Amino acid sequence: MTTKESMHVDPYERTWIIVSVLLLVLFFAAVTVAGLAMGIRVPGPVARVNPNTVAQEGPFAEPGLRELAPGKYEAYVLARTWQYQPRELTVPVGSTVTFFVTSPDVQHGFKIQDTNANMMVIPGQITSLTVHFTRPGEYEYICTEYCGLGHGAMFGKVIVTP
Amino acid sequence: MSVSTYEISASDKRFIGWHLIFAVVALSVGSLFGPLQAFEHAGWDLYPYIQPLFKSYYQGLTLHGVLNALVWTTFFITGFLTLTVIYGLKRDLRYPKLNRVGFWTMVVGLVMAGIPLLLDEASVMYTFYPPLQAHWAFYLGLTLVVVGSWLEGWGFYFTYMAWRKDNPGVRTPFITFASLITMVMWQIATIGIAAEMLTQLLPWSLGLLPGVDPQLNRTYFWFTGHPLVYFWLLPAYISWYAMLPKQVGGKLFSDSLARLAFWLFLLLSVPLGFHHQYVDPGVPEGWKLIHAMLTYTVFFPSMLTAFTVIASLETGGRARGGKGWLGWIWALPWKDPSVAAQLFAGILFMFGGISGLVNASYNINLVVHNTTWVPGHFHLTVASAVTLSFMGISYWLVPYLTGKKLWKPKWAVIQAWLWFIGMLIFSNAMHVVGLLGAPRRTPLGLAPYVPPEWSGHLLRVGIGGGIMFVSLYLYVLIIAKTAFSKKKAEVDEQVEIPVAEARHDPQTTPGWLDRWAVWLVATFALILVAYGPQLVDQIINIQLTSPGFKVW
Repeated sequence: MTTKESMHVDPYERTWIIVSVLLLVLFFAAVTVAGLAMGIRVPGPVARVNPNTVAQEGPFAEPGLRELAPGKYEAYVLARTWQYQPRELTVPVGSTVTFFVTSPDVQHGFKIQDTNANMMVIPGQITSLTVHFTRPGEYEYICTEYCGLGHGAMFGKVIVTP
Repeated sequence: MSVSTYEISASDKRFIGWHLIFAVVALSVGSLFGPLQAFEHAGWDLYPYIQPLFKSYYQGLTLHGVLNALVWTTFFITGFLTLTVIYGLKRDLRYPKLNRVGFWTMVVGLVMAGIPLLLDEASVMYTFYPPLQAHWAFYLGLTLVVVGSWLEGWGFYFTYMAWRKDNPGVRTPFITFASLITMVMWQIATIGIAAEMLTQLLPWSLGLLPGVDPQLNRTYFWFTGHPLVYFWLLPAYISWYAMLPKQVGGKLFSDSLARLAFWLFLLLSVPLGFHHQYVDPGVPEGWKLIHAMLTYTVFFPSMLTAFTVIASLETGGRARGGKGWLGWIWALPWKDPSVAAQLFAGILFMFGGISGLVNASYNINLVVHNTTWVPGHFHLTVASAVTLSFMGISYWLVPYLTGKKLWKPKWAVIQAWLWFIGMLIFSNAMHVVGLLGAPRRTPLGLAPYVPPEWSGHLLRVGIGGGIMFVSLYLYVLIIAKTAFSKKKAEVDEQVEIPVAEARHDPQTTPGWLDRWAVWLVATFALILVAYGPQLVDQIINIQLTSPGFKVW
């Protein structure tokens, strides 16, 4: 071949590429700082369960709140077609609640409105996130994954008392 | 570049045409339900009126997703790529029967999956997450659609290898090169769904397995599910890079960077599926973060694409007399429906890219996961960048294949405008109400927890959906009127396949951008690193504990 090979990168394009890469680094730094320094976590593995027995034995047999210390709670929630057990949870303002959610049937979602809590509920797995409730009010939790005919009516709420 | 004397044979034109027929029919059935969802959100629920035929909102939504996102795309793409492969190489398919067997396998699969869908036996959405259990024919049908597309892909490879033997040292023509990468990427990506179907869903739905592992199936699904969006996008990119510039009188700005972008899409499309599973319990946070980083790297070829495509369009706009920083934009042929549709597709895609970046952003995803933000986003990608581009492509492709004149080009321009306007209204409202917390896949008109503040946005969802409804059937009408017109186009009205020249001779593009081995090895290696350990872990710890549920 006599033709000379070249990438033919235009100067404008080179600048564009550099700016793009810098932007990416910036974005990535931002989410990493938010995750590590500000504690905005995504769910990770907690425990595996048997979906066929999880509603009968263990902590999900009696779903609801457990107070670990003043203002510190664990909430065990069972997401099932097409309701949450329990439908309501009441905690005082300033509480930190660690949610544990699982499903004895199909997949569901669990999103607490006006918070960062948003998770998939998958049979055979426990999903967990911790929420700090700093303002009183009613926070609905809704099912965000299609789970059959009653999906659109599946919700519950956290009542945060003053 | 020499003027080609190659003509696609009448039988291959018919073959490509059959792809389009099935694609457009699927689109016109699937799109019946789009406005029904949108109207439901706005408070005008029409589902009760079609009750005996279609049982629920969810059945309609499943049909909408499967037919539009899976069937319309796959059939259009395999047909379009057949054209770009053989027209690029100036050579007929090496084994035309193989491609025909592939196509008809897809058709059999479509019918097989379609029957349970229509009978409400498979209302499981197009993600078919178990343990919702559809009829086995649905799973088998979708499997056959994928297998058929593989056969067509192998037909492309054999054709390419025969060409390569006769043309050593010649750079693969860009449209063929890009088509082959699209197909190879697809075949690697669909290993995930093949594993899901063959080892889990099919035996389970046939009663041969007592249960499945829903978490593992999500991992399998998203191994395929994210690259699937690149399988939709890359054919549109082929048009944007190499065809649209010709249509606007310009040139491909950089052949080498266009090729680099395609290699990077091959390399990076697959190993990042966990970014769809950020809020899954069964995937460790570290792996999610790795996939977040890999997802961001795809931003790089995307930005290359944005630059090269826009710069190529600019060469056209300037050649047409456009002056100044932005003047070249107005000089583009906006009255050409094929051009207008694809320009609008590109503009909408910029917004889609931004919302996609949000989705990919690890913990920011918590705010938008499974809200209407997500369908808002992918209506800008698959339903705009891809679908509106395919509409634009068909405005020259259907006249080319049939030898007819495009019916009412002005109406076709209006069609593109309507899609653009309707989509802006619809997707903006979907994004906003999603940020407010509205869940996706939910009949929001009936949901008990919907606060009054959402209603204005939900109304806009309905209005945007209604405008797109008009646009879509205008498209179907124009295509049908063109294809079934009795009058052949005159000789001077014949349409040619637009293929842009590159500014530099492709022969000067570096050779490493036209060699497969290293890129393929790197692609597999990256998948192995990014997916291997987690996949092995999830497979070793499989729990076949979830029986099937039919709760719709």
